[in-house]
Amino acid sequence: MESFRKNQGVFWILAGPGSLWLLFFFLVPLGIVWILSFGEKAVIDGKVSITETEITWTLANYVRALADPVYLVIMWKSAWISALATTLCLIIAYPVAFVIAFASPRWRPWLLLAVILPFWINLLIRTYALIAVFRIRGYVNFTLEWTYDSLWLDRLFGPFEPLELLYNDFAVVAGLVYVFMPFMVLPLFASIERLDRSMLEASLDLGASQMATFLRVTVPLTMPGIISGVILVFIPCLGSFLTADLLGGTNATMIGNVIERQFKAANDWPFGAALSFLLMYVTFGALALRALLSRDAGMRT
Amino acid sequence: MSIISIRNVTKKFVGITAVDNANIEISANEFFAVLGPSGCGKTTLLRMLAGFETPTKGEILIDGVDVSTMAPNKRPVNMVFQSYAVFPHMTVLANVGYGLKVTGVPAAETRRRAEEALEMVQLAHLGERKPDQLSGGQRQRVALARALVKRPKVLLLDEPMSALDAKLREQMQLELTRLQEEVGITFVIVTHDQDEALSMADRIAVMQSGRVEQIATPELLYESPNSRFVADFIGKVNLLDAQVTGASDHGVTVDVAHLGKVTVPHSGGVQGMVSLAVRPEKIRMTVGRPDSGLAVQGRIVDWAYYGDTSHIHVQPANGPPMSVTVQNDTRSTIESGEVGDQVWLSWQADDTLVLDR
Repeated sequence: MESFRKNQGVFWILAGPGSLWLLFFFLVPLGIVWILSFGEKAVIDGKVSITETEITWTLANYVRALADPVYLVIMWKSAWISALATTLCLIIAYPVAFVIAFASPRWRPWLLLAVILPFWINLLIRTYALIAVFRIRGYVNFTLEWTYDSLWLDRLFGPFEPLELLYNDFAVVAGLVYVFMPFMVLPLFASIERLDRSMLEASLDLGASQMATFLRVTVPLTMPGIISGVILVFIPCLGSFLTADLLGGTNATMIGNVIERQFKAANDWPFGAALSFLLMYVTFGALALRALLSRDAGMRT
Repeated sequence: MSIISIRNVTKKFVGITAVDNANIEISANEFFAVLGPSGCGKTTLLRMLAGFETPTKGEILIDGVDVSTMAPNKRPVNMVFQSYAVFPHMTVLANVGYGLKVTGVPAAETRRRAEEALEMVQLAHLGERKPDQLSGGQRQRVALARALVKRPKVLLLDEPMSALDAKLREQMQLELTRLQEEVGITFVIVTHDQDEALSMADRIAVMQSGRVEQIATPELLYESPNSRFVADFIGKVNLLDAQVTGASDHGVTVDVAHLGKVTVPHSGGVQGMVSLAVRPEKIRMTVGRPDSGLAVQGRIVDWAYYGDTSHIHVQPANGPPMSVTVQNDTRSTIESGEVGDQVWLSWQADDTLVLDR
């Protein structure tokens, strides 16, 4: 760091491309969307244009988003669906990360590969694959029916009624958990792997049960990983629209779907922009909460 | 009565026998050291006492109870870890109170006993600090207090001094001895540092490649080692190859390259090739031929000055070089010889040990 201050030329050569990239492809578009959120549809020759937008610095879009309970309800629902998916991810990923971190060095790379393997397949295709799993004649129902029939329950209670697993909140949560699981496993793995094993042994040695050791030593010491994983899963969940679109249908709309529709089908960019920024403020809130939590925990992440 | 009985204990890991048929009895209130080079199995032995490893064969009794397969959190022993393993997310006081809190001791009593324990290790004023605000020596005291507050029957210490600098180490050695006398519980310390073991322990078990070589008091271990390994590992020693030519009531007669035929005291029969062992500080170095004892003439090849002592290497006319330790008990001692001088080395037959090769 010190040498960067001395060699400013080197600093700018190294930092320049990345900074310019962020400026032109992140900050400028973000600024444009922010400005758009204060616009309204242009009036040309006395008629409201379908395609043109005019920046009038109106707050109407925000007023509309906050005044109509529909949007707040959807935003609230998105938040709790995301929270539920994040919680499930954490509960499932923690033991997985634990097993990987404690596996022999020979097995560890293969187990990590298995976790990130789904990334090698396009999200859209993976989501369609989930439809094949959850639909009425899907693998879940097929397996359930086979078990049901094998136990001769069909002779007792009549034929098997397939479960409606698709196009509801359950399907969306399941899809989100499936898609974002690696984002939870990896930071958890990183922090569990760094955990000093003698801390756990010391806790056992001092008379703590396995459960007490887990709750009082393992969890607090891996808290940075837990917080990172929660943030990494919760924020993309909040903004996701593909999963809700394909698995949730019209019954489980998330705020991401609403925004997408404003930009595409409804062609109302100013309103979509306003909703986007409201969502971003919620995200900032979550990040601020994280900073607060990690400051309370008194550790660096 | 023994507080710890280690009976025929063997521990095998995949492809390696870490501990090989160990038998150790440790009595109550003893300060017991397990000494050996790294990889000799001493830490595995300690981990079996703590419950982190289970013996492959044999049994471990603590206070008469077989604990061979008992979980670590059920055993009446506590451990001070090599890395100290002080919980970084808790204050010093919370660290020390942890073992009481998790076993259901009421909060008020936990606090009182934790404060007492901190008092004992002279850290009472640092109770509210976090471990990352402490020095290495202070962290070790926290680990000590945390283990002692549980009032265990046995305190296990795994290489407790290895992360401390020389001055602090000496201070902690004294302090540990004081603490052990104060609390009156059995200490079992694992170390590779012979000075540490010799200065603190009542008895020492010397281990090598999984086997217990000798269990004895520091004095006996140093003056009467029962094997070449122990003689060589504890302190410095000159080992001379010798051929046994005869035995009598007074000892054995051996033929040594340096000395010719000599008789040294030894009980018990030996024959064939043996090693004669003599400690460097038992040897006198003189210019003239000494009147008595075993004597060798040689040339000084190296003179290492250590302040209080000097270590001198002397090359006899035939045979391997020998080392001599000279006390620099007057300021002029250092002028008494230099590299290249011809000198006589002599020692008493009584100071010579006969060891199996």
